[in-house]
Amino acid sequence: MNFKLKDIIPQLITVIAVVLVFGFFTYNAQINMENRGIDFGYGFLSQESSFDVQFSLIEYDGSHSYFRAYLVGLLNTILVSVIGIVIATILGVIVGIARLSPNYLINKFAAFYVEFFRNIPLLLQIFFWYFAALRALPLPQDAEAIFGVFFLTIKGLYVPAFLWQNFNIFFYSIIAAIIAIILIKTHAKKIQEKQGKQIPVFLISIGLIFILPILSFLIGGVRLSFEVPVLKQLATTSFIYEGGVSLPPELIALTLSLSLYTATFIAECVRAGIQGVGKGQKEAAASIGLTPNQVLKLVIMPQALRIIIPPTTNQYLNLTKNSSLAAAIAYPDLVLVFAGTALMQTGKAIEIVSITMFTYLTLSISISILMNWYNKKIAIQEK
Amino acid sequence: MSNINFLKPDRSNLNIFLYLGSFLFFISILDVFLNSFFKLNLTGFLPNFLSFLLPLILGFVGLYFIRIEFSGIKNLDLLNKHINTNNFNAVLSLLIIFVIIKSLPPILSWFFIDASFAGDSKDVCTGSGACWTYIKVWIRRFMYGMYPNAEQWRINLSFVALVLLGSVGYFATDKFKKYLTLYYVVIYPVIAFLFIFFFISGGPVFFDFSYGIIAAILSVIIGFFIPSKFKFYYFLIVPLALYIILKYFLFFEEYIELGKLDGLNWVETGAWGGLSLTFIISFFCLIFCFPIGMAFALGRRSDFPLIRYISVGFIEFWRGVPLITVLFMSAVMFPMFLPEDFFIDKLVRAIIAISLFEAAYVAEVIRGGLQALPRGQYEAAKSLGMGYWKMHIFVILPQALKLVIPGIANTFLALVKDTPLIFVVGLLEIVGMLNLAKTNPKWLGFAMEGYVFAAIIFWIICYAMSKYSYNLEQKYKTDR
Repeated sequence: MNFKLKDIIPQLITVIAVVLVFGFFTYNAQINMENRGIDFGYGFLSQESSFDVQFSLIEYDGSHSYFRAYLVGLLNTILVSVIGIVIATILGVIVGIARLSPNYLINKFAAFYVEFFRNIPLLLQIFFWYFAALRALPLPQDAEAIFGVFFLTIKGLYVPAFLWQNFNIFFYSIIAAIIAIILIKTHAKKIQEKQGKQIPVFLISIGLIFILPILSFLIGGVRLSFEVPVLKQLATTSFIYEGGVSLPPELIALTLSLSLYTATFIAECVRAGIQGVGKGQKEAAASIGLTPNQVLKLVIMPQALRIIIPPTTNQYLNLTKNSSLAAAIAYPDLVLVFAGTALMQTGKAIEIVSITMFTYLTLSISISILMNWYNKKIAIQEK
Repeated sequence: MSNINFLKPDRSNLNIFLYLGSFLFFISILDVFLNSFFKLNLTGFLPNFLSFLLPLILGFVGLYFIRIEFSGIKNLDLLNKHINTNNFNAVLSLLIIFVIIKSLPPILSWFFIDASFAGDSKDVCTGSGACWTYIKVWIRRFMYGMYPNAEQWRINLSFVALVLLGSVGYFATDKFKKYLTLYYVVIYPVIAFLFIFFFISGGPVFFDFSYGIIAAILSVIIGFFIPSKFKFYYFLIVPLALYIILKYFLFFEEYIELGKLDGLNWVETGAWGGLSLTFIISFFCLIFCFPIGMAFALGRRSDFPLIRYISVGFIEFWRGVPLITVLFMSAVMFPMFLPEDFFIDKLVRAIIAISLFEAAYVAEVIRGGLQALPRGQYEAAKSLGMGYWKMHIFVILPQALKLVIPGIANTFLALVKDTPLIFVVGLLEIVGMLNLAKTNPKWLGFAMEGYVFAAIIFWIICYAMSKYSYNLEQKYKTDR
């Protein structure tokens, strides 16, 4: 046995210290809960919640359970994160490329954007959009239509709703298109390896993804119509839009500030990634006769993505965590609905805060495990 | 000069293209300029749609004409290289110029021309511009929170003193340079702590100097007889232990009965606020999260598996949750974990929560520095017969910390930007004070001014810090 006392004692001390601290906390918590007459347990999740949530993706009202309220909050968090991630990515990539532009004005404009939005606290930006900028919007009755169908008012953005008939056929057609594209891609690769011929996969893919859904309209009997929001008078001075989909101002302020803020970080990641690819790579690729498009697609992007993706995923994670600031402007996300309202009603601080933290933790850790796996997969195989 | 091909500008007709192009470009800029600054529409006689797009078309044609390669005129070549390389870039450049010209007048008029500065009531704010009077009236609240007006000199004096004490390193001569690390890591934080806890709060004194000095002298004397192997652990534990034994066991001082600085009124932490609170919280979190982060960074690279797992667990836990839930925890969950009669001030609780949270990020940054050091450094230190602590204190950490200064600065920047979140525990720093002032019935409707004001302040602080960290990064990059 090569156990040494020297190796064991520090570990033992640390473990004992950790156990003591946790034990102390648990002991106190037990006594405190006994004194206040609170019992520990997760049974409350199935009880009736009896509070309402302003904005919900799934059917929800006071008669549903606390667990349902938790789901509502979680879905709202995911909604705001997904919209934010999509906008932030698009904006970030554009700004990141613009920062590398040889055009002086574009370059400086992008740099100004990044420096401006990155150095102001996110919470302040959220407050600014919600309390200052969006409050300056017109009342519903004064709102002017954008393209005749969108209405941007102080009560939120009203957009037309899609009314589908035979939606499932449309959905299948898109899936069929994706499967067809994957098949064609593998087939094209085989042909290229065997015969050296190249098939314009990209054009075919674009064609497929449009043609199949259009065919589903023509043949499959899919119908799409729009329900445009209509102004309706409730009282002499109170107006409201009916029909369509309404996005509450909280959601707009939150996605706007989250994506503007995160886009600056993504832009820096993109810039660093593209700059990180050696100049020699580009020149070497050009010198073996690749076209500029091929250089970008086959040489620059695969190497740049290897640098860009890990920090960008980190930013996505940050955005998701930052979406918890929603609580500050009363957007019903996980923190507000569950760690706010539900906690106030039940008083089960330990259970609810731990569930909330655990949810975010699960989200973060699963994404970082995925990231590690991806990093290993794309890492340069050195000999 | 005989025939000019207008579709292909070239050098042989340089002057014609140059004059024509510059003229068109000038006209397009002038049109937008007059339109935005003087509300004049030069092209009003044209149909709406055309009048709207005309500057873009004119400018585009003008830029197309002056895009002559190797013209021999230096300024023209520079212009072409920077904003006019091809059609696409020309359109984008034009659009950006137009946006700047268009947005200047409303911004200028809101900020300065139509804004009201004078007076001290809402009545003077009748213009369409900003109401800076509002900021002027509320400035003390935004800076100091609910801290009593008469006592605010204490905050000012403390900050001035701390800044002066902090700039000592800048003036130190070479003879004293070697003590600077000790000064900044140990002495300065203690002085700052004393300042803020005794002077700004004016509250009960937790630390009794006489016993502290006795404990320190005693522990140094005993320290001479301790084998050098255990000296590190010894100085980590014994002085504090001695102090506690002296104060609470040997001389039976009352736990709560504590002294107070003469003549200062106690200001409870609930009244602290505004920008000064942002500084206080950032400062304390920085000095607390740094050693904690360092400990966990070392723990994560430790050879002992149990210590490593605990460190990884700690770091990943705090990095995986949003700060707002951590503050929620400190507000509603943490009191449950403490003995019933034990009360911790909510400011202290917030500082603990933020420090632990940031410590995880600092740990990751320091770990990066530790990993970046070549193995040879470890091996060289070991071959000199250094133990773990000696090796780290004298060889590894000085180099690793130097490497990660920019990373630490970035973490600190994130920390400053995170301070507004303390509204969760009911503390109001500048953003919180803005939200409070905004709901004051006498001053309704000035949300915009407040947020713009806070944004400018934060932007200046954060931009200065990020530039500073960038400079440091450049400096140390060349060092290696």
